Amino acid sequence: MSNTKKMSISDIFGKLFRNQIFVPIAAMLILLIFNLIADPSFFRITLGYNSAGNPVLSGYLMTVLDCGSELAILAIGMTLVTAASGGQDISVGAGIAIAGSALLRVLCGNNTRPETLNAPIIVAFLVSVLVAMCFGAFNGCLVAFFKIQPMVATLILYTAGRSIAAWINNNELPIVSDATFSYIGGFIPGIPIPTPFFIAAACLLIIALVLKFTNLGLYTQAVGINESSSRLNGLNPTFIKWLSFVILGICVAVAALIKVSRLSSINYSVIAKDIEMDAILAVALGGNALSGGKFNMWASVMGAFVIQLLTTTLYKFNVQSDALPAYKAVVVILLVVFSSPVVREKMAQISKKMKSRKEAA
Amino acid sequence: MAKKLKNMSDSNLLLLITIVVFVLMYAGAIMFQGKGFLKPQTFFNILNANAALIILSCGLSLVMITGGIDISVGGMTALVSMCCAVYLDFKGGNVAVSMLIALCIGLAFGIVQGFLVAYLDIQPFIVTLAGMFFARGMTTIVNTNPFNVANENFVALKETRVIVPGMGSVNKLGKYVDAYVEIGVIVALIVVILMFLMLKYTKLGRAFYAVGGNKQSALMLGINVKRTKFLSHLICSILGAIGGYVYFLHVGSGAASHAQGAEMNAIASSIIGGTMLTGGVGNIVGTFFGVLSLSTIQNIVSSAGLDQAWWTGITIAAMLCIFLVIQSVVMARKHSQVKK
Amino acid sequence: MKDNAVLELHNIHKSFPGVKALNGVEFTLRKGEIHALMGENGAGKSTLIKVLTGVYTKDEGEILLEGHEGPVSIKSPQDAQHVGISTVYQEITLCPNLSVAENMYIGRSDDILQNWKKMNEGAGKMLESLDIPAKPTQQLGTCSIAVQQMVAIARAVDMDCKVLILDEPTSSLDDQEVQKLFKLMRDLKERGVGIIFVTHFLDQVYEVCDRITVLRDGKFEGEYEIKDLPRVELVSKMLGKELDDLSDIKGDSEVKVISDGDIPVFEVQGLSSTSGIKPFDFHIGKGEVNGFTGLLGSGRSECVRAIFGADKVISGKVIKNGKEIKIQKPIDAMKNGIGYLPEDRKIDGIVGDLSVKDNIILALQVMKGFFKPFTKAEAYAFADEYIKLLGIKTASADTPIKSLSGGNQQKCILARWLLTHPDYLILDEPTRGIDVGTKVDIQKLVLKLASEGMSITFISSETDEMLRTCSRMVVMRDRKVVGELSGDDLNQTKIMSTIAGGEA
Repeated sequence: MSNTKKMSISDIFGKLFRNQIFVPIAAMLILLIFNLIADPSFFRITLGYNSAGNPVLSGYLMTVLDCGSELAILAIGMTLVTAASGGQDISVGAGIAIAGSALLRVLCGNNTRPETLNAPIIVAFLVSVLVAMCFGAFNGCLVAFFKIQPMVATLILYTAGRSIAAWINNNELPIVSDATFSYIGGFIPGIPIPTPFFIAAACLLIIALVLKFTNLGLYTQAVGINESSSRLNGLNPTFIKWLSFVILGICVAVAALIKVSRLSSINYSVIAKDIEMDAILAVALGGNALSGGKFNMWASVMGAFVIQLLTTTLYKFNVQSDALPAYKAVVVILLVVFSSPVVREKMAQISKKMKSRKEAA
Repeated sequence: MAKKLKNMSDSNLLLLITIVVFVLMYAGAIMFQGKGFLKPQTFFNILNANAALIILSCGLSLVMITGGIDISVGGMTALVSMCCAVYLDFKGGNVAVSMLIALCIGLAFGIVQGFLVAYLDIQPFIVTLAGMFFARGMTTIVNTNPFNVANENFVALKETRVIVPGMGSVNKLGKYVDAYVEIGVIVALIVVILMFLMLKYTKLGRAFYAVGGNKQSALMLGINVKRTKFLSHLICSILGAIGGYVYFLHVGSGAASHAQGAEMNAIASSIIGGTMLTGGVGNIVGTFFGVLSLSTIQNIVSSAGLDQAWWTGITIAAMLCIFLVIQSVVMARKHSQVKK
Repeated sequence: MKDNAVLELHNIHKSFPGVKALNGVEFTLRKGEIHALMGENGAGKSTLIKVLTGVYTKDEGEILLEGHEGPVSIKSPQDAQHVGISTVYQEITLCPNLSVAENMYIGRSDDILQNWKKMNEGAGKMLESLDIPAKPTQQLGTCSIAVQQMVAIARAVDMDCKVLILDEPTSSLDDQEVQKLFKLMRDLKERGVGIIFVTHFLDQVYEVCDRITVLRDGKFEGEYEIKDLPRVELVSKMLGKELDDLSDIKGDSEVKVISDGDIPVFEVQGLSSTSGIKPFDFHIGKGEVNGFTGLLGSGRSECVRAIFGADKVISGKVIKNGKEIKIQKPIDAMKNGIGYLPEDRKIDGIVGDLSVKDNIILALQVMKGFFKPFTKAEAYAFADEYIKLLGIKTASADTPIKSLSGGNQQKCILARWLLTHPDYLILDEPTRGIDVGTKVDIQKLVLKLASEGMSITFISSETDEMLRTCSRMVVMRDRKVVGELSGDDLNQTKIMSTIAGGEA
């Protein structure tokens, strides 16, 4: 009797361990526990008023929710690209610069310090979405039609993106003084929760609906796992890969909206710097294979917030922002080493040996 | 002629394209930008400014010929500059030892990255992406603020000019000025020659091509594929360190923002120089001309009064894009021909 | 060792989990002979060659080589090369980006430097003496496949090989190129090299070989002088049927034969594709089961792939119920009611990491469209229905398909196509590599579906199965349709003689 009960418990644990979402959740718990021990003030959330007199919640956890939003949005697109093409897009940071620049260009027109907005925010946003989709389509073309490895193909925009962004605004740095615009990256009056979080939630809802009411998930995974077989089942792998890059383009535009709104301006060389690394890391932390195939969107999104939690934790311990990449690089290397088939096989062999030794004893 | 072109090896065909592109571009520069480009010193200045890039590109070409990629060399350059700068300035160190430090950094990166790529079979892009971020981050950790190195021995070495005989010109005051290159250029040329000889005349060099051409076949032909891949990354990182030191010698300062995007320029140079991303095809001479083409473009852009950093970014990316697509198309056509 | 022998294999055994791939195989290769190694798919040819070249290590048995005292042990491809066994594979295992001379010499010595002059001279001499039309400095990738193959052989000869294994070297060559290769082989024979020739082209065996060893089901079937073994007998040895018992074994099941007046459901005229098949005609009626037969590589799979649009079609037309339809991509074929179970289950069939349910609904889902996904309930209902109907053994509908056994994977793919309710179902080797019980299940199912009005093309390497199910068989040889058998002609003897062609 007790034996069967034991079995079922280990079964439950086994199931949990095997579930993909376990990885980011475990990572998050470890980070939270670390913070709890090191300095519980990490968890303090206070209600205050910002300079405009609106109520805002502040605290490290709110920062994670706030700043993790763009990353979560990017993780959505990056997950799809990874799944379909088996590679990653490293031009998302540059893409944000472009989309953000286009957004400002429409908002401000030729005047860099407009008193009133030149166009409604929604129009500017749609234009920037269109621009970002075009650049996504460009990447997608190189990958899907010309069969260039995704990371190398996106290198082109990675190199040129920030320059293009600067060119769109003639290298000027427009500043938007409109208060409504700053709500997007800040707080809507009367609501103490940062707006980016709502935008991220909306994006998640949309992608959840898309995954539910279309075959995007099935097609993407099928193409990523077995391209030849997908083709024989009537799919068009080239188009699906291309589509994933276009969708990433939309995500980039949304992230750019938030980023630009935070500053009410743009800095071409700094905006969203190194965010591609974080986005890729989010996908990897979510337990998705970077070589493509099956994916779990929610694990990726979870991964994004874990990354932000890591960043915020590092900041709290006075790590300089420029030094952050070094720590994250170590995390990436550990992740890929432990998920590499070679290492896994070796570990399986070792554990087998240990087991057999145990049995012998 | 057409038949001759067809029978040409991929390496030579792409090399030819590169040299033609460079010659046309330089001729164009002379025609449209005036006499500045006619002066030998203009050309030598291009070399002076890009000696480090030449070395980095040689390393990248090697890795790409073997079928991999390394994007950590830019970060390494910054790290090497910073470490050496800190050692020379704050510690009042010895120039020779600073070179040794650079070499050690290169070895460390090469061994770790090479091991991960070759023996653990992890995608080289991910490994070296992490390497790049690690190097950049470490640079800031070593020292945050940029500063110039005042170490006397180092400055003397930095200021050393090698006169190129017979290439001088008369300046505005009617005085004859010798043409010169910096030490770094000499180092770069030695690297180019050594790499060229190594790739062409040693068994190891040919093994790099074989592995890049077809890993499975190379294995069947009796080549140690893993060791070859490992060595390609090791050599690339060592060249990264040497290139880093040459860069350091050229700018004479340490800063976290040094060599920003150098890896992209090096990759672009290699590709423009005829190195195939898919591996197995490439030529160090082509890479050398690739760097020259790239920097000539940059010179044209800046001397055309378009002195905005973003123009260079866009032109480089455009060239990269064009050459990538050409490669993809050329190879696809060649394959279909062989099939028939 | 026997007189004149360069290589002897005795009592070779090799097992893989669950399969006995080689079971006491004997093989003797004499000096200066071309020896054909024959056998159908799964007979153990490739395993034997891999044992010989060190890719696999044998479980039992001994390998004797001329000039070596006692048995030799071969642990890696390099070992094999050192003792003088060289192999040229069907796919070129040279580096296309290197020069011809380099490909002949690379990886063979531990020298540090590369001496181009000496190498090019050596290669030039060798190429000339073997009459191979290639320059040493030429890039290998610019040579034709035939020349590349010859360069591989030249490399082997230059390494002083005593035993040369040619593993299906002619499968991608045209007739002229094959003749050149044969000339080379005869030259080598004169020099005393023993050649093991593996091929599925019977004509070629009879043209160039001296002796034949036949393997079947991993066992040694016999060694014969070429003149003592007529083609029909060779085919029967390979298939394991004595000529005497080759009576008609057609089952009792009623099989519908199309009458001349009916319009065929599908008709194909002059179809050919980029895969290299000659244009062929073909038709199938409602409720008919027919098949393409021929040895492996004869082009039977390529024919059905062309019908389904899996390979790029370059000529010909497809007619459905008297109306011409356009099939360029698989989705076109699917929309016209064609289903295709591909030959290679792992590469073209299953989507490994996806669940059984997703694999089953995939084709129907794609036909239904991007914006109309099945609800979870519908999908599970479909999956459960077919899991039950076909008796698929799986822990649940959510199990990844790759963790199922081969037979159950195949049933899932079958379920995938049955779910689309096709008018015409193409089954390419549906019974390959699966257990006997499932094989019978699938054959029964084919007959049942046909009786319900579905047209089915059934391809199998096992002629028995085809005889049991098909009412008409298209026979292929060397990528050409060479005959069509139905009615009383449909028996082992007739099929074999048609496959063998020539004098039989």
